[in-house]
Amino acid sequence: MPAVLETVEQVRCIDVDQYKYGFVTDIESEKAPKGLSEDTVRFISAKKSEPEWMLAWRLEAYKRWLTMREPTWARVDYPKIDYQNAYYYSAPKKKALASLDEVDPEILKTYEKLGIPLREQEILAGVVRPEGERRVAVDAVFDSVSVATTFKEELKKAGVIFMPMSEAIREHPDLVKKYLGSVVPTSDNFFATLNSAVFSDGSFVYVPEGVRCPMELSTYFRINEANTGQFERTLIIADKGAYVSYLEGCTAPMRDENQLHAAVVELVALDDAEIKYSTVQNWYPGDADGKGGIFNFVTKRGDCRGVRSKISWTQVETGSAITWKYPSCILRGDNSRGEFYSIAISNGHQQVDSGTKMLHLGKNTTSRIISKGIAAGKSNNTYRGLVSAHRKAKGARNFTNCDSLLIGHECGAHTVPYIEAKNSSATFEHEATTSKISEDMLFYCRQRGMSAEEATALVVNGFVKDVLQQLPMEFAVEAQKLISISLEGSVG
Amino acid sequence: MNADVRAMKTPAEQALSAAFAAARGALPGKGAVGTLREDAFRRFDASGLPHRRIEEWKYTDLRALMREAKPLAEPAKTKGVVQGLSGVEASRVAIVNGRYEPDWSDFNAGDPGITLTELFAFAAEQTSYRLGDVPGKDDTAFWLNTAFMTGGVVVRVKKGVCVEKPVQLAHIFASAAAAAMYPRCVVIVEAGARLTLIESFDGPDGIDYQVNSAIELVIGEGALVDHIKIGRDGDAALRVSTLGVTVDAKANYRDFAFTTGGAVVRNQTFVRFGREGTEATISGATLIKNRQHVDNTLVIEHAAGGCTSRERFRSVLDDESHGIFQGKIVVEPHAQKTDAKMASHALLLSDEAESDNKPELEIFADDVQCGHGATAGALDNTLKFYLMSRGIPEDQAEALLIQAFVGEAIEDVAHEGVREALLQASVKWLDARA
Amino acid sequence: MAFLEVKNLHVEVEDKKILNGLTLSVEKGQVAAIMGPNGSGKSTLAYVLAGKDNYKVTEGDVLLDGESILEMAPDERAAKGVFLAFQYPVEVPGVATMTFLRTALNAQRKTRGEAEFSTPEFMKLVRETSKHLGIDQEMLRRAVNVGFSGGEKKRNEILQMAVLQPRLAVLDETDSGLDIDALKIVAEGVNRLRSPERSMIVITHYQRLLNFIVPDVVHVMAKGKVVKSGGKELALQLEAKGYAQFADEAA
Repeated sequence: MPAVLETVEQVRCIDVDQYKYGFVTDIESEKAPKGLSEDTVRFISAKKSEPEWMLAWRLEAYKRWLTMREPTWARVDYPKIDYQNAYYYSAPKKKALASLDEVDPEILKTYEKLGIPLREQEILAGVVRPEGERRVAVDAVFDSVSVATTFKEELKKAGVIFMPMSEAIREHPDLVKKYLGSVVPTSDNFFATLNSAVFSDGSFVYVPEGVRCPMELSTYFRINEANTGQFERTLIIADKGAYVSYLEGCTAPMRDENQLHAAVVELVALDDAEIKYSTVQNWYPGDADGKGGIFNFVTKRGDCRGVRSKISWTQVETGSAITWKYPSCILRGDNSRGEFYSIAISNGHQQVDSGTKMLHLGKNTTSRIISKGIAAGKSNNTYRGLVSAHRKAKGARNFTNCDSLLIGHECGAHTVPYIEAKNSSATFEHEATTSKISEDMLFYCRQRGMSAEEATALVVNGFVKDVLQQLPMEFAVEAQKLISISLEGSVG
Repeated sequence: MNADVRAMKTPAEQALSAAFAAARGALPGKGAVGTLREDAFRRFDASGLPHRRIEEWKYTDLRALMREAKPLAEPAKTKGVVQGLSGVEASRVAIVNGRYEPDWSDFNAGDPGITLTELFAFAAEQTSYRLGDVPGKDDTAFWLNTAFMTGGVVVRVKKGVCVEKPVQLAHIFASAAAAAMYPRCVVIVEAGARLTLIESFDGPDGIDYQVNSAIELVIGEGALVDHIKIGRDGDAALRVSTLGVTVDAKANYRDFAFTTGGAVVRNQTFVRFGREGTEATISGATLIKNRQHVDNTLVIEHAAGGCTSRERFRSVLDDESHGIFQGKIVVEPHAQKTDAKMASHALLLSDEAESDNKPELEIFADDVQCGHGATAGALDNTLKFYLMSRGIPEDQAEALLIQAFVGEAIEDVAHEGVREALLQASVKWLDARA
Repeated sequence: MAFLEVKNLHVEVEDKKILNGLTLSVEKGQVAAIMGPNGSGKSTLAYVLAGKDNYKVTEGDVLLDGESILEMAPDERAAKGVFLAFQYPVEVPGVATMTFLRTALNAQRKTRGEAEFSTPEFMKLVRETSKHLGIDQEMLRRAVNVGFSGGEKKRNEILQMAVLQPRLAVLDETDSGLDIDALKIVAEGVNRLRSPERSMIVITHYQRLLNFIVPDVVHVMAKGKVVKSGGKELALQLEAKGYAQFADEAA
C-alpha cells in the first residue's frame, strides 16, 4: 500500500476530533434577543453606550444590508444561513471592569487553557525567557466583548493606542470617525455590511507618527456562546513612519451547529508606515462528518495610503468549516508595497476559498504573494487571487507563487488567479503548481525512523516554510505545532 | 455562476429573438435538427447574451460588445476565391456566408480515405452521430450557433488513413453589407488516422459583420490531429468561435490559434480527454493593435488518467488593444498521473494596452503534476539595449525581440509550411506596425 | 544464525521479476560487499531491506537478528537499526538538515523506548560527527539535500548514519558520482563506523570503492541472485575480468 494511502487509512482510524480547543466555558452571559432587526442594531449600540453618529452609521449599514444578496461566486457550498436564528450579541455578565482582577476567573482560566497569559504580572514575573524574546500585549475578546487588554499603560507611554473598539469609539471618536469604513466601506459586500451593522467589539490600534510600537500587539478571539455569531471589527492605523506588528488568534468550542463569524479588519498605512498583520485562524472546523464548525466570512483589507508604506498579511488557516477570506492591499501610495503570505490547510469536510487582491494604483508599487494550500481528507481548498495594475500604476510589479499539495485522493485543490495589467510598464509574474505529497520524500523520512504522521508533518512543514518564516517567532512555533496537530487530527 | 435575475433584453437580444422567430421555419435541417434548434434557442433566450457577471465571459462582455444583431447573411451571389496560406498546398473547402460552396472549393473527392458531406445532408442520413454533443455544449454562444446554423460540412477521415494534404476549412464573409453567419462543421478523425486541419476566417475590412462559428472535432484512438485556426477577419468584424473536442485514448492532438484580425474575437476551446494516454498541445499566438479585443478561452478536462497536456499562449498587444487568456485545467477524480502545464505570456507594447490572464487549475486527483505560469510586461529593455549596442536600430531591435517572442509560440505548429506561413504573417504584422 | 539472513528472496516490481531466489547472510560486525552489473538487482535488494513500497516479495524471507522484518513499516525497520544510504538521496525542501536529523533520531529513540535527546546534547553530537565529514554548520542549516552537490549529498548520508548509529547499514552505490577526494572522505566516514556491533552491506558496481572500504566478504550478484561469494580478492578478479564470466552461472 502506498505510504499516502496508508496515512489516509490511519487517519480514518484515529478519532477525528483532535481539536484541542473545543471546550465550553461555563459562565453566565447576557444576550441580545435572537434575530436581526433594527432593534438588534439599536440594542447593541445602546449596550456599548455609543454616540448617536455611530448608531446612525450602523443603521445605514443595516438598511443597505437588507438590499444585498449573499455572494455565491466562491467555491464553497453550505446550507442556507438563517440570519434570524442567531444571537448577534453575547457578553459575559459583568459590570465594566476596573482591572484585570475583576475579570471572571472562568474566563481567565479559558485563556490560560488556550495558552494565552493575560496577567501582566505573570508575564513579567513568569518563567525565565530566552534573551531577546519580545513581550506581547494582548486584547482578549470573548464572544462579543473585549474582556482584558494588557500592557495598556506601557503602550500609552509610547503613545500607542491599543484598546477595544467599543472604548475607542467613546474615547477617540475623531480617529474612529476619520478611519472607520475608509478602507472597507459599509456598502462593500454582504458580510462586511452585516458586520458594519452589528459589530460588537474588536481591537483599535493607533500608532502615532514616527513611533515603532514597542511590542507585538495581539488579539485572541474566542467564541463561547452557542448560536451566537461573532462580528468583530478591527481598525489599525499606522501614522507616518510608524511600525506595528499585530497578531490575531481565534478558537471556538465544538458545537453541532454552524456558527457565523463575519469580521472586518481595516488597516491604514500612511507615508513610510508599515503594518504587519499575522493571523493564526483555528476556529472549530466541524467533526469528521462535516457537522458543525464555524462559517468564516471575513473581509480584511489594507490601504497603503501613503508613499513608501507597506502592509504585509500573513495567515495560517487551519480551522473553520467554511473559510471565505481575501486579505487585500490597495497600493495607493507611490512606491508602496503589499505582501500576502498564506498557509491554508483543509481537512475532513472543510472548504477553503481564500487568497488576496493586490490592487496597484500608485507608481512603482510592488507586491508579493506566496500561497501554500494543503488539501487532505474530503476537503476542497481554493486559492483565489487578483493582481491588477491600474493604467497609472507605472512600474508596478508583482510576483505570485501558489503551490498546492494534495494528501489523499478525495480532496480537491484549485487555483483561480486573475491577472490584469492595464499598462505596459507593469511586470507580473505568476507561477502555480499542484502535486501530491512526494512518496519518495515520505519514504526517505520513514527510512530514517519517522512515523507516517511525523514524516507527513515534516514534509508539509518544509512545504510551508517560506510562509512560516514570515511569522513572528512566538507565532511561528505555535503555527508549526498547529500544522502538525491538524494533520495528525485527520491525515496522518 | 449565473445571475438569477434576467436583466431587460438588449436590442441585440430582441433582434435575435425576432430573427429566430422569422427564420425558424426556413432554416435548413428537418426533424431532429429542428428540435435541436428550438431547444438551443430556448436556452439562449433564457440566459441572454453572456456578460461580465458570467464568470466564463468576465472579460468579453458580449452584452456590451454586441450592440446589435445583424441579419442572417444571404448566400453569396458571385463566385470568389479562397485565400490560402502562402506556400501551403491544401484541399480547400469554402464556407461562404455560413454555407458550403462547392464551386468555390477545391476538394479532391477522389481520395477514398476522406469524405466530405454537407452538414444537413450528413445529419439527414447519419443518425448515429449526435450533432452538438460535444464539450462546450453548455455555452451560450454555442447555443446561438445551434439555433441559427446555416450550413457547413462534415469531414471524415477513415480508420488508419493518413491524409497528406492539409484540409482547409475557409470561412469567408462575402457581402457588401454587414450580416451574421453561423457555420457549423464536424470533423471526425477515426482511430489511427492523421489529419492536418486548417481553419481560416476571412472577410473585408470596414464591415461590421458577425460570425458565430462552431466546430465539433472527434479524435479517435491513436489518431494524430493538427488543427490550426487562423483569424484574419476584417477590422470591424465580431467573431465568436467555439471548438468542442473529444479525444480518445493514445491520441496526439495539437491545436494552434493564430489571431491578427477582427475587432472583437473570442476563440473558445473545450477539450475533453476521455481515455488514457493522450498527448496534447493547445497553443496560440495573438498579435493585435488599435482597439482590437481578442479572447482565447480554454477549458481542458482531464477525465481520464495518464494524459499529458501543454497549453501555451502568447500575445503581443499594441495601442489600445485588449488581450485575454483564460485557461482552465480540470483534473477529474481518478484521472491520476495527469501531467498538465499551462503558460501564458503577454507582451504589452503600449501603455494603453490591456492584458487579462486567468489561468485556473481545478484538481480532484492527487497523483498529478499540474502547474501554470503567467507573465505580463513590456519588452525587456536590457535585451533591447544589448541589441542596440551591437548596432541594431531601435525599431529593428524591437521587431526582432517581438518576432522572437511570437516565434517561440509558433514553434508549436508541426506542419512546416503552415509554421513558415505564420512566421511570415507575424513579420508582416510587425512591418505594418513600423 | 547470522545477524542478517536473506532466504530465497523473490521480488517483483510492477510485475517484473527482479530478485530470483536471493540468499545471503551477513554476520554481526561483518562488512559485505555486493557487486554486480547494472540490472542485477543490487538496488532492489537495498530497497527491499528498507521496506519501500511497490517492491512485492513473492517468496522467501528476511530475518534481522532472527526476526522477520518483511511485515514491518520502513520506520519500524529503521528503529530496529536498518539504515539505507540512498544512491540518490532525496531532497526535502524547507526542512533544515538539523531538524530532519533530530526528528529522525528522537523518533527512533521513542520507538525503542529510549529517552529523547535534549537540544544541546543533540547539537553537540551532530557538531562532532559532522566535523570529520567536512560538513559545516551552514550546510546543517540548509534544507535536506536541496542544492547540495553530489558529494555533499553522500556525505550527508554518512552523517545521518553516524548520528543514527544503525546495526545494519546498507550503502547503495555510495561511490557513484564522487571524485577521488570526495570518495576518500566518505570512505573514511564509513570506516570510522565499522564496529563489531555493526554489519554493513556495501553495494557497488566498481572495485574502486573497495580499495578504501575493505570488505570482509564479497558477493557477486547477477540476474537477481548471488552467484559467487569469496574474499576481498574476488573484487580484484572482477575488476580484471569483468562480469561476463558470471552471466552463465546465473542462468
